Amino acid sequence: MNINATLLAQTIMFALFVWFCMKFVWPPIMAALDQRKKQIADGLADAERAKLDLELAANRSAEILREAKEKVSEIVNNGEKRASEIVETAKVQAKVEGDRIIAGAKAEIDQEVFRAKEQLRTQVSAIALAGASKILGREIDAKAHNDLLDKLVSEI
Amino acid sequence: MSSEAHTSAEYIKHHLQNLTYGQLPHGAWGVAHTPEEAKAMGFWALNLDTVIMSLLLGVVLMFVFRRVAKTITTGTPSGLQNFCEWAVEFIDSSVRGSFSGKNNMIAPLALTIFFWIFSMNLMDLLPIDYVPLLMHELGVPFFKVVPTTDPNATFGMAIGVFLLVLYYSVKMKGVGGFVGELTLQPFGKWGMPVNLVLEGVNLIAKPLSLSLRLFGNMYAGEMIFILIALMGGAWVGLTLGSATLYGSQILLSLGWAIFHILIVTLQAFIFMTLTVVYMDMAHQEHH
Repeated sequence: MNINATLLAQTIMFALFVWFCMKFVWPPIMAALDQRKKQIADGLADAERAKLDLELAANRSAEILREAKEKVSEIVNNGEKRASEIVETAKVQAKVEGDRIIAGAKAEIDQEVFRAKEQLRTQVSAIALAGASKILGREIDAKAHNDLLDKLVSEI
Repeated sequence: MSSEAHTSAEYIKHHLQNLTYGQLPHGAWGVAHTPEEAKAMGFWALNLDTVIMSLLLGVVLMFVFRRVAKTITTGTPSGLQNFCEWAVEFIDSSVRGSFSGKNNMIAPLALTIFFWIFSMNLMDLLPIDYVPLLMHELGVPFFKVVPTTDPNATFGMAIGVFLLVLYYSVKMKGVGGFVGELTLQPFGKWGMPVNLVLEGVNLIAKPLSLSLRLFGNMYAGEMIFILIALMGGAWVGLTLGSATLYGSQILLSLGWAIFHILIVTLQAFIFMTLTVVYMDMAHQEHH
C-alpha cells in the first residue's frame, strides 16, 4: 500500500490506452454505426416513398379504369345509335325501292292491260266484221265502212 | 489460506501486500519478500502485480475492441460486434448526456475508462485465494489480482484525468482565463486569496475524489472478501462451530460476490461519469 512509481506506470498505460482507443477503436465503430443509421433511415424513407408511389399508382389505375368504362359505354352508345341509323336508312331505302318496284309493276300491268284491250278490240272488230258479213251474206267493204267500224271499235 | 499456518492478521496482511519490485536494502534490485522490505523501497519501486494485471486487462480489452473495429460491417451485427456496438452506443449516449462541448477525445476516453476499470474491478470476483496460491506455488511471494485495490492504480488514472482537465482548461480558456477562474470567484477580485484557496481545493478535490472513491470501494470490498474467507479458515475439526462458520463463509461469499457485481459496475460508471463531467467543466467558459 505504498505510493510508488506504479503511479507513473499506471498514468502512462492510461494515456496509451486512451490514445489507442481514440485512434483505432472509436472512429471505425462509430463510422459503421453512423453508416448503418443512415442506411436504416434511407430504407425507411424508401419504404415511405414506395408506399406513396403505390397509392398514386392505385389512384391512377382507378382513374384509368373509370375512363375505360366511360369510353366503353360511349362506344356502345355510338354503336347502338349507328345501328339504329343504319336500320332506319335501310327501311327508308327499302320503302323507296318497294314503291319503285310497285310503280313499275303497275305501269307494266297497265301497259299489258292496254295492249290486251287493243288486241281484243281489233279481234272483236274482226269478229264483228266476220259476224256481220256472215249475217249480211255479203262482204262488207272494209274500206267503205271503215268509219263505221272504227266507231264500233271505239264503242267496245 | 495458504499452506503455511498463518494467523488471521498475517493472512490479511499477506493478501493486502503488493508484489513490489525495487531496490532491496542490500543494494541489489529485486522483488520484496516482506511488507517491510517493500516499504523500504521508497518511491522508485513498481507494484508488478498491479502493472501486469492492468496492462494485461487493458491490452485484452483493446485487442477485442480493435478486432471488432477492423472487421466491423454495417450489415446485421453478430456476437462480439453486437457487444462492442452496444458498448460504444452506451458510452456515446452517456457522454452526450453530460458533455456539452465538442471534443472527439471524450467518448473514447470514457470508453477506455469504463471498460478498463470495470475489467480490473471484476477481478475482485475471482476467488481470493486462487491466484495468490498459484503464485505461491510458482515462487512469487505476493500477488494482488485486483489493480484497483492499489491506490497507485487509481491515483495514476486520476492523475491522467487531472492532467487532461488542466490541459483543456488552459486550452479552452487560455492561461489568463484559467487563472482568473481560480482567483476571481466567488468573491470578486478583493477576495483573491480566499478565492484561490476555495477554487484550489475544488480543483485538487477532483482527482482525489475520483481515485479515493474507487480505491476505497474496491479496497473495502476486497477486505470483506478476506474477512469472509477467514471464517472457514477458523476450521478446527468437525465441530458444530466450525461447520457453521464454514457454511456461513459459503453463503456470505456468494451474497457479497453478487452484491459486488453491482459495486464493480457502479464504481466504473461513476469514475467514467465524473471524468466526463470534469472535462465538461474544463470546456465551459463560466460555471
